[in-house]
Amino acid sequence: MSTELQAAKVLDCKGLLCPIPVVKTAKAIKEVDVGQILMMEATDPGAPPDMEAWSRQTGHELVKQENADGVFRFWFRRTS
Amino acid sequence: MTLHATDPGHTDPASQEVSAATEAEPKRKRLALVASKGSLDMVYPVLMMASTAAALGWEVGIFCTFYGLDIVNKKRNKHLQVAAIGNPASPPPFKGVPFKVPPILGVLPGAQAAATTFMKKWMRDSNMPEFQDLLDTCRELGVNFYACATTMGVMSVDPEDMIDGVSCLGATAFLDYAAEADVCLFV
Repeated sequence: MSTELQAAKVLDCKGLLCPIPVVKTAKAIKEVDVGQILMMEATDPGAPPDMEAWSRQTGHELVKQENADGVFRFWFRRTS
Repeated sequence: MTLHATDPGHTDPASQEVSAATEAEPKRKRLALVASKGSLDMVYPVLMMASTAAALGWEVGIFCTFYGLDIVNKKRNKHLQVAAIGNPASPPPFKGVPFKVPPILGVLPGAQAAATTFMKKWMRDSNMPEFQDLLDTCRELGVNFYACATTMGVMSVDPEDMIDGVSCLGATAFLDYAAEADVCLFV
């Protein structure tokens, strides 16, 4: 992980299904400052399209995502 | 000035500025959802859609009508059941056991309680929240629940039985709300 993606908060949503990861992410993004990064981990196979859609709808920037060993990781930058 | 500011027929530059500043905020998207069913398997999708939309930052209004009124009826929403009769889609009750319950067995005493128990178990095993927790999540996220006035009359539901924060309205008022919605769903 590059230093500029240092997450201010890490949210573990592994083992949780829709809609819980998106609900938890929506709450957690408010716990970081504007401009800071929230990193979320999930195993729900629907998470990549869902979290991309969440980013589009809320405007919080999806800076990076990766899939490693069945765990999806998303880095969101709070924009407002 | 003060008089004019409160009179919609007259506006002064100061009040126009205030309204312009209010309008500058982006309008939130709105989901208008009609919930007409009161069985556990039919209220989950309602609350999942509602909580998701709220998590997207949308405004959400749910019109609870007919059996869907049970969602906001605190005397009844702790006892929601899954119908065992007339539900051919019911999956095998045990994972890995290729035995599907014939729908005719739904008439047996206790079948409905068993179907409800199995659904709750599947949800729990999948780390899904219980109905009541999902309802609380929706309320925390600001989802608006509306009780259908006609249903309350037809089914003799006391307004005192509603959970807190539910407003009672008719189809006309909800359609007025839905007319401004970006997404409308009927469950």
